[in-house]
Amino acid sequence: MSNRLRWRKFVSHFMLTMTGLCALVAVAVLFFILGYLVYHGGASVSWNFFTKLPAPVGETGGGMANAIVGSAKLLLLACLLGVPIGFFGAIYLAEFSGGPIAFVVRYAADLLNGVPSIVIGIFAYGLVVLPFKHFSTLAGGFALGLMMIPITLRSTEEFLRAVPRALREGAMALGASQWKTIASVVVPAAYRGILTAILLAFARVAGETAPLLFTALGNRFWSPGWSQPTASLPVMIFTYAIAPYDDWHRQAWAAGLVLLGLILITNIVARVILSRGIAVPRT
Amino acid sequence: MATATTTVPSAGPVTGSRSFISRLRDGDEIARLVTFIFAGSVVLITLLLVFELWRESYLPRHKFGFGFFVTSVWDPIFDKFGALPFIYGTVVTAGVALLIAVPLGIGAAIFLAELAPARVSDTLQFFIDLLAAVPSVIYGLLGVFVVIPMMRQYIQPALKSSLGFLPFFQGPAYGVGFLTAGIVLAIMVIPYIISVSREVLISVPRDQREAALALGATRWESTWKVVLPFARTGIMGSIFLALARALGETMAVTMVIGNTPTISASLFSPGYSIAAVIANEFTEATGDLYLQSLIELGLVLFLLTFLLNGVARLLIVVTSQRGSGMGQA
Repeated sequence: MSNRLRWRKFVSHFMLTMTGLCALVAVAVLFFILGYLVYHGGASVSWNFFTKLPAPVGETGGGMANAIVGSAKLLLLACLLGVPIGFFGAIYLAEFSGGPIAFVVRYAADLLNGVPSIVIGIFAYGLVVLPFKHFSTLAGGFALGLMMIPITLRSTEEFLRAVPRALREGAMALGASQWKTIASVVVPAAYRGILTAILLAFARVAGETAPLLFTALGNRFWSPGWSQPTASLPVMIFTYAIAPYDDWHRQAWAAGLVLLGLILITNIVARVILSRGIAVPRT
Repeated sequence: MATATTTVPSAGPVTGSRSFISRLRDGDEIARLVTFIFAGSVVLITLLLVFELWRESYLPRHKFGFGFFVTSVWDPIFDKFGALPFIYGTVVTAGVALLIAVPLGIGAAIFLAELAPARVSDTLQFFIDLLAAVPSVIYGLLGVFVVIPMMRQYIQPALKSSLGFLPFFQGPAYGVGFLTAGIVLAIMVIPYIISVSREVLISVPRDQREAALALGATRWESTWKVVLPFARTGIMGSIFLALARALGETMAVTMVIGNTPTISASLFSPGYSIAAVIANEFTEATGDLYLQSLIELGLVLFLLTFLLNGVARLLIVVTSQRGSGMGQA
């Protein structure tokens, strides 16, 4: 074997090993994050964390019950806004339209999807906070809902499109009207995919912090109703992490663990649901 | 992925040749109208967003004009606002992030697409997807308590003693700053580069590789000289996508960049980014000019990411079409 060939084989092996190392590093980051959060947050997640209000500044103890409820309310509002628009919009795109209108809608959705989350916050501030003259749960939920729309819309559309044409034609041949076909054949056939799309969109906005900073703001107490500023887990993590108190840092770790757990579990559930489905679009 | 969508021609809408009247009676036209309203609202919201940003940044646009982008004084007390330090910080941190993330991400994508058996590749990709789902505030949390101390104690002193003659690695090691923000951003965008690049690489036709191997190329030579050039545009797309994410990223950067509007060649220096200044000062902005200057920064950010995302999508679509169509010919 000539030296040249030996050298080429060496380079090949070396570079391919390096690519393996790159992949290893990338995946190791995930386990590092998980491990670190479990190690630091696990000790601080207690019953109090879920049931108590934040302690006054300077005192130790307390929990984040208000932030957990606040996050739940924000996410509920987000789903109420994002899921219907995403779902029905996707039905329009996949079933009723094919022309320039669909192009415009898709383009707008992709554009909205790429908007930095902080800019979504500015938009929600101008549209909801300013007219009501109040930071509120409503404004925060609106901001998160906006972010859910494009994700739900685009993936739901893909899953609807993946339903075989023959199913539609079969239903229509039996005399079903088009909307009847959609409601009783197409959507049920794609429901796993649609559920996955919604869950992934949910998981994506559950951890969003930037759009909440000047819409939901924050609150150290309970936030009754929908028109008051409210605490939320992501914003709590932010404010607690950059504060100078050790006890707050511990709570930030705990909140981080709870939030990440929620998001990763939602992601995994979504993917499990999908992997058992039949109609899977080409990704 | 929502970004790399292509239409599936086999399953389009089934609109028969029935008359409008019968469609109306069956409720089809109503369903069409209702879903159209939902779909149309997406367009409406997007237009409204652009309009709002434009309208609400009227004052600084007229008072400072183009000077807004090239002056570096940010002084709310005297109502003087210049965006240069923030633009500089945003560009520098994103640049550092890409310098780290691109080789790592593409390397990992090559491994996943070319070397790893399908099962291993899919499993690793699953973890990469989970990594992409980790919210930015968590990266910020780890940035504050892990990366910053590590930078201050080990990495920055080491860089200073070895490469300190370069202007990039000078000055006191605070831990926070451009370099730290860049590193955290790199970690955040690597999953995006991997996911998109992997798909692009997988779509490269198999005969391209086989031809190279048959000519006596080593595995690496076929990857480096044949597969990568074939997938070049798509990989560029993934990089633009990552760049757009890095520019718009708020929380993690805000927590580690140091939040000081400085322009310094040293990467150790604390800085500021567009998104970070909006996050920190928006609720405290007193006076219309101050608030609207922040909104104009938001507009800048929007336009930047809009352009980058557009280019990215174009590049990815071009490559995947080449991979599935022309490559077979």
